[in-house]
Amino acid sequence: MRHTLSVLVENKFGVLARVSGMFSGRGFNIDSLNVAPTHDPALSRITAVLNGDDTALDMVTKQLRKLINVVEVVDFHAGEAVQRELLLTRVKATSKTRSEIMQICDIFRAKIVNVAPDAVIIEITGDEGKLTPFLKLLEPFGILEIARTGLLALKRDNASA
Amino acid sequence: MKTTGANLLRILLERQGIHTLPGIPGGAILPFYDALHGSAIRHVLARHEQGAGFIAQGMARVTGRAAACLATSGPGATNLLTAIADARLDSVPLVAITGQVSQSLIGTDAFQEVDTYGLTLPITKHNFLVRSAAELLDVVPLAFQLAESGRPGPVAIDVPKDVQNATIEIDALPEPGRRQPLAPCPDEPIDALAHLLAHAQRPVLYLGGGVISSDASALARALAHRASAPIVSTLMALGAIPPEDPLFMGMLGMHGTQGTNFLLEEADLVLAIGARFDDRATGKVAEFCPRATIAHIDIDPAEIGKIKTAFLGLVGDAADILRRLLDILPPQTRPAWRARAAELRATYPLQHPPRSEDPLHPVNLCRFLGEQLPADAIITTDVGQHQMWVAQAYPFRQPRTLLTSGGLGTMGFGLPAAIGAALAAPGRRVACVSGDGSILMNIQELATLAEENLPVAVLIFNNTHLGLVRQQQELFYRQRYEASRFASSPDFAAIARGFGVRGERIDPMGDPLEQISAALAGEGPCVIDIPIHTTANVYPMVPPGAANRQMLIAQPEPAHA
Repeated sequence: MRHTLSVLVENKFGVLARVSGMFSGRGFNIDSLNVAPTHDPALSRITAVLNGDDTALDMVTKQLRKLINVVEVVDFHAGEAVQRELLLTRVKATSKTRSEIMQICDIFRAKIVNVAPDAVIIEITGDEGKLTPFLKLLEPFGILEIARTGLLALKRDNASA
Repeated sequence: MKTTGANLLRILLERQGIHTLPGIPGGAILPFYDALHGSAIRHVLARHEQGAGFIAQGMARVTGRAAACLATSGPGATNLLTAIADARLDSVPLVAITGQVSQSLIGTDAFQEVDTYGLTLPITKHNFLVRSAAELLDVVPLAFQLAESGRPGPVAIDVPKDVQNATIEIDALPEPGRRQPLAPCPDEPIDALAHLLAHAQRPVLYLGGGVISSDASALARALAHRASAPIVSTLMALGAIPPEDPLFMGMLGMHGTQGTNFLLEEADLVLAIGARFDDRATGKVAEFCPRATIAHIDIDPAEIGKIKTAFLGLVGDAADILRRLLDILPPQTRPAWRARAAELRATYPLQHPPRSEDPLHPVNLCRFLGEQLPADAIITTDVGQHQMWVAQAYPFRQPRTLLTSGGLGTMGFGLPAAIGAALAAPGRRVACVSGDGSILMNIQELATLAEENLPVAVLIFNNTHLGLVRQQQELFYRQRYEASRFASSPDFAAIARGFGVRGERIDPMGDPLEQISAALAGEGPCVIDIPIHTTANVYPMVPPGAANRQMLIAQPEPAHA
């Protein structure tokens, strides 16, 4: 099963190595990992997507909590969190195919952020359910490069609360 | 007060109560050594940084308090790594301090530069690269606090040379770092555990090293008697329960006695206390305690359910939990279960020839040492057959009297750990039981031993082999012996004398036990080289990967052996 872990860490020297080293040292596989500072410059948030059963996830969470620089570990269950990923892709685009690519971008609310004679760079935000079919549609045109942030997540507030 | 980083580090260590500090100097740690000049801290000059690390470990394992060790950058730091990793696996509080090249040189492949922070990251509980002298005020107390709090472990502090040389103005010194109290275990799981124990038919206590580190030995013994629950022990918990206790079943697992492993097959409740279900203890995990509900007390929440799913997990200090459990648990007699345990113990004793026939059989030898040495003698071991024979046969009667590398299994642990034990426990007898393979891995520490003139006896069980490797090749690799026999065997007694330590070679033709006794009676450090059978095996043995019930037992010795 896929899990999204949100790990709040102290912004200390080596903290990313500490967290990622624990994952590799204990044999946990990470699908994606994102790290960036929060509004509090002393803290960073690591968002990690992992595949594993509940036992493996329980062990990852416990091992993370043992790390001295880890402040908080939250495991988001499906639907509990808003999850987004930013993706940039360079796609082959000739004068013949460019308008079709633009149509696909419109449908997916993606943006073309750079245009060259033979290619475009597209920016799109979403969860996996949006990004995967989008890429599938672009494939026939020729995807040249992809860069993505990995999944980011924040807990949803309950509207009735 | 105006001072240097090096001087500040010395002051902070003194305030932590560090009075003995093993290490080896070198370029990047020299400012600190200069600050040690004239200090109350007694520096013990090891002959290899790994020796320094294990001397500190010996001190920490005997006292339960964090000990520190010192090394320079580069090779000094890499030589320490094994001792740090060893402390991590056996949960030993250790603070390893290393010099580092100046910050302006970090990352330039400078002379004796290595990424000590990166190397120690996965083998420590926590580690620091100190960026300024002022940081020492936070880092040093925090390092000791982390090493001793919760589940103890090693902490590394890497101090660049420019940080040691920097001048700093300080107004006040921080409080020394101390063990922080744990959040107590809630009442509910303790009530649930009392209920489980009261309703079990065949409960067993499975004690691990955590019982020793939380000083819970007497409480565990009281619980066993209250609940009429036999006790099995890991290697790390030996000494918690005296062997004459009628409920004590000895060590479980790969080299445990048959009765002990059979008892666990029959148990309907196994309460693990400070034990981590290591593969050497459990054998094939899926078949470990097949009929039992598992309850698990541990200070580290990550141990609960790591290997074996626990029906009930209790996180907290074992001593605190056991005390509160004893407050509410009614006594149980369970005569049939007690009788079954006694029967299993009587039916499956350790197999060995009588002493009169074979005084140098390792089991006889370990029992003989148990008679020769006082109850509070500290025994260190190296790793291999001799370690298992000591674990099986030496009568450990008090906690913290067996110091052994259980988790990492480091050959070379024994001699420096014995030096550390003798430094930390003056007046007590210390013996290092080693093998002819292991002793060579840190034999240079005989020079340290001679220099410190400590009452350490090194007993080498000499079979001219890497015995446990030879045994596995005999049993599991169709007797295809490869690299397990030493074609050249050194004269250890002469080597000892060369280091300035008394050396004796036991002549098996005379009365060997009398010779050992006489050698042990002499003053000061000594090395006693004892020839044992070259092909003696440690039995019982669970083949790697097999269930604990599938033990191999001793074959009758052929007549010519």
